[in-house]
Amino acid sequence: MNIRGIHAIYRYEMNRSFRTLIQSLVSPVLSTILYFIVFGAAIGSRMDNISNVSYGAFIVPGLIMLTVQMQSVNNASFGIYFPKFIGTTYELLSAPLSFVEIVIGYVGAATTKAFSIGLIILCTSYLFVDLDIKYPLFMFCFLFITCMTFSLLGFIIGIVSDNFEQLNIVPMLIITPLVFLGGSFYTIDMLPPFWQNFALLNPIVYLISGFRWSFFGVGDVPIFTSIIFMLIFKSICISIIWYIFKTGYKIKN
Amino acid sequence: MSEIINVQNLVKKYDNNFTAVKNLNLKIRQGEIIALLGPNGAGKTTLISTICGLSSITSGLIKVNGLDVIKDYRKTRELIGLVPQELALEPFEKVINSVKFSRRLFGKKDDNEYIEKLLTKLQLYDKKNNIIKSLSGGMKRRVMIAKALSHNPQILFLDEPTAGVDVELRKDMWSIIKELKNEGVTIILTTHYIEEAEMIADRIGIINHGELLLIEEKRELIKRMSVKTLKVKLKKTLDIIPTKLKKYNLKLIDEGKSFLYHYNTGKERTGITSLLSDMNKIGINLFDIQTEETSLEEIFVKIIKE
Repeated sequence: MNIRGIHAIYRYEMNRSFRTLIQSLVSPVLSTILYFIVFGAAIGSRMDNISNVSYGAFIVPGLIMLTVQMQSVNNASFGIYFPKFIGTTYELLSAPLSFVEIVIGYVGAATTKAFSIGLIILCTSYLFVDLDIKYPLFMFCFLFITCMTFSLLGFIIGIVSDNFEQLNIVPMLIITPLVFLGGSFYTIDMLPPFWQNFALLNPIVYLISGFRWSFFGVGDVPIFTSIIFMLIFKSICISIIWYIFKTGYKIKN
Repeated sequence: MSEIINVQNLVKKYDNNFTAVKNLNLKIRQGEIIALLGPNGAGKTTLISTICGLSSITSGLIKVNGLDVIKDYRKTRELIGLVPQELALEPFEKVINSVKFSRRLFGKKDDNEYIEKLLTKLQLYDKKNNIIKSLSGGMKRRVMIAKALSHNPQILFLDEPTAGVDVELRKDMWSIIKELKNEGVTIILTTHYIEEAEMIADRIGIINHGELLLIEEKRELIKRMSVKTLKVKLKKTLDIIPTKLKKYNLKLIDEGKSFLYHYNTGKERTGITSLLSDMNKIGINLFDIQTEETSLEEIFVKIIKE
């Protein structure tokens, strides 16, 4: 395995984030703080507890998920799309790197960035709400796997996109609505019966539910359902990436 | 010289059924400079892309240093450096970081001494901490070469390295290429500039419509294909070519004041001595003689037309 090659990609991607620190780090953290102020402090103070948890604390897992999912997709998709855009993918393809190693480099960096932002938001949330994490180890693992899975999804989007518009379509028009409607700010049982069933078609519901379970021991769906769903989602992403590299789709001539 | 690249029956067909390379065979010897000439769309870049791993192969076999470029891609790619035609560089990165990144991709340990020597050789040392975006086109081209050489490759592919660069920089590039050859690097370059091939290549290959039309030692090619023209100015004008001189296929010009005689330098006898002797026998006196040689460019055009 070309460990130095993987490390080179990883390091290059991380350095790119440090060069654009405000965009990479400050911006998502600031947005989340604004969510806390609006939904946690302003509206949350007038809301009843949900499952014996204050509304301010209840939205913490959803807000972290909302941010890390968007960040994972954006970082990974841009990470691979930019070399395609400026034509530097020739370096990757002519180097003694396997496709798996290229994916590990890019997805690894995007995962690290999103995971770090998730942890920073978690720390920030302690400034606004009292929070006890029931299963901290599970929480870290679930957060990490979510970041990795959405980074794989972002990598796919970056590969198949032909321009910046396409690069933004999936995150803006598909992932953002699904995340907002996936129970970030409410539980599914707060919806009318028809919409409850409809919401279960939203894959993000299972991820937010699983993550919230790690905080409070309660979720919209059983934790095993969330875990199984996460693994299925991840397997689908890996299969698509495997197909892309096997066929050279949008990478090789 | 031993053979370092062996392309056997290479076919490259794109999804739209366009065949860019047709059953191409090519052997490249270690340490030589080979120039691949051909018009736009001839298949030169596709050939390079298949050897370097940028394009998949439809059929055929490519071996680098005796190893299959697909099965043993790690070992073969370690030997190759590639400078593509386009200036493809991360604009916001520093020169030194960009070159180091390329070396690391090849799994090599950092070697600051080597990288600094390389940058010095390419006259980039003073610019090593500059952002690539701030460099001129010529400097960017040098950065591309530095990146391709960052891992000490034995083979260097240069896809139109001097396209769009000024004369001075082109000459600098030629001297860099010659220096690399002296260090034992095998260089394969594609070019539109016949002059470039004529100046630096050991062998010349001509590609058109995905086929390798010929590959030959530059000197041999020029000698074999070169036709010289002898222009003979006469003391007295001629109305027609005398019967005794018809076998020379002379062409009267300048209203009979001169004639042209074409001869091949590759042949054992040029026929000049007998022409001058026959002229003397029938009393035609010459005033002056001049010779002109066919350039490689004319040879190239002739081959492509054929």
